[in-house]
Amino acid sequence: MHNVWELIHKPDNIPIVGLLVLVIVYTWWSFYKALKNDRQGYLDEAKLSEKIQVWPNLVRVEFLGALFVMVILVFWSFLIDAPLEEAANPTLTPNPSKAPWYFLGLQEMLVYFDPWIAGVVMPSLIIVGLMAIPYIDINEKGNGYYTFKERKFSVLTFCFGFLILWVSLIVLGTFWRGPGWYFFFPWQEWDTHRVVALTNVDLSEFFGIHTRKADNSLNPAALIFGVVIVVGYYSLIGLYWFQKKNSEIMKKLGFFRYNIIAFLFLTMTALPIKMILRIAFNIKYILVTPWFNI
Amino acid sequence: MLKIREKLQQTEVWKSIFRHNYQDTNRNRALQIVDNVFLHLHPVRIPRHATNIGFTWGMGGITFLLFLVLTITGVILMFYYRPAAEYAYEDMKYLMNDVAFGPLIRNMHRWAAHAMVITVMLHMFRVFLTGSYKPPRQFNWVVGVVLLVLTLLLSFTGYLLPWDQLAIWAVTVGTNMARATPLLGHQGPFGPELGMRIDNDVRFVLLGGTQVGPPTLLRFYVGHCIFLPLIATVFMAVHFWRIRKDGGISGPTSNGKE
Ligand code: HEM
Repeated sequence: MHNVWELIHKPDNIPIVGLLVLVIVYTWWSFYKALKNDRQGYLDEAKLSEKIQVWPNLVRVEFLGALFVMVILVFWSFLIDAPLEEAANPTLTPNPSKAPWYFLGLQEMLVYFDPWIAGVVMPSLIIVGLMAIPYIDINEKGNGYYTFKERKFSVLTFCFGFLILWVSLIVLGTFWRGPGWYFFFPWQEWDTHRVVALTNVDLSEFFGIHTRKADNSLNPAALIFGVVIVVGYYSLIGLYWFQKKNSEIMKKLGFFRYNIIAFLFLTMTALPIKMILRIAFNIKYILVTPWFNI
Repeated sequence: MLKIREKLQQTEVWKSIFRHNYQDTNRNRALQIVDNVFLHLHPVRIPRHATNIGFTWGMGGITFLLFLVLTITGVILMFYYRPAAEYAYEDMKYLMNDVAFGPLIRNMHRWAAHAMVITVMLHMFRVFLTGSYKPPRQFNWVVGVVLLVLTLLLSFTGYLLPWDQLAIWAVTVGTNMARATPLLGHQGPFGPELGMRIDNDVRFVLLGGTQVGPPTLLRFYVGHCIFLPLIATVFMAVHFWRIRKDGGISGPTSNGKE
């Protein structure tokens, strides 16, 4: 139990506890407002649309808000010192070595994907994908007020990415990952000597196809198997297109926009899929090639 | 007293500074905003819901406030800090133990930096949930994403500067991923085929060496104190300008819906 306290109360972890509380409160609050708007048939925001003067109305809110934040910040800074550990020593690697907390989701991804995917491709796609949102979400409803009913797919997708894949992986990385990046319950003592036998196998081996031949060269059958799975996964994009080609939404989206959405969506869901494959079935790679593995 | 005040208010100096009197009239309320270089970032009149904390969560504004706090405390820290491996850690120790209010300034800088990452995340979340990236605000969302990335980079480069164990290992973990960049990293797909080695790939450029060392410290310092804040300031200026140009805070009436 004493470990929980240790973890929560580490100065650099306090903001993460704060983040968690704020995210939960805000999620609850915005869904409360959204569902209320959806239910009552008029918008609360529309009732507040009469024009008022910025001085004093907005300036007052800003001033009080700034005062409130500054009071918290000064108290926080008086009470808790920023950590300063031993001087840098390149020959002494701490265990665990953790990235700054906002990158812990990426570090967690390293368990399931090779660094070129987890550290480079995924972050780039996240940035590009975020920037693309206004251009691929062409639903004009729900602009400037809270609603859920009018944009279920986009709200759910974003919440999944934000709440599950970003915030909860941060919390997981902070409180559940110990030495060797092994999984520890927060109340468990960290055992720095823990070794877990690696029994991970590639997906093809799961079906009896060996990834490598006896002389350690790649087995072409496994290669083909991997390519089929990966290509097959992304060809869901085309399948769905052919099924829904003539629907209202698809016509509005157009071929190009639909492909981008579907690609980003499938790439995002590939993470939880790989997580489940690894955790439940010890699957290491889906596709092994001489240059890269997926 | 009153007499003096009246006299004072008649002087040319006073009038040149304060352009209008303080009677509570609509005209003066408007002038208060437009005649002030800082306040005139705002429009004169806005819809009531834009002042409602329940709607905006105030997170964009708080992010900006924290950025200002970070700028001021950061400048003070720069007086005491030398970005060289032999001094950096000693300077931090000195600051924490012997400088009056040193710990307060450093703590404020550290905690405000963490808080800014949190508030910028929540700001993005709010903007998404109110659908405020929809026309005409698409481009401002893109500017926002750039600001998010800049905020993370600012925080990440700052993490290295104390030059303690926490700093170099967190940054080592973070920058190790650059090794695996496709084409440009020496362990990335097709990197070796393109002639990437540990001493010429992207990670080498980022770190100024094959591992996190003194040249990295200097690089991160310059990035953290000069380059990134400048870029962030430019993007914030664009962000705020675009909020005005896009018709102020989004709302249900801005797209003709009641
Ligand atoms: C350094 C970071 C940032 C600062 C200082 C900042 C500041 C602000 C401020 C003060 C507002 C006014 C409304 C409010 O307070 O909510 C605003 C609105 C907005 N921000 Fe940001 N922001 C930042 C980052 C972002 C990010 C990461 C995004 C999205 C990815 C974003 C997208 C927007 C949009 C679309 C609006 C208009 C919202 C509306 O009209 O309702 N901003 N920003």
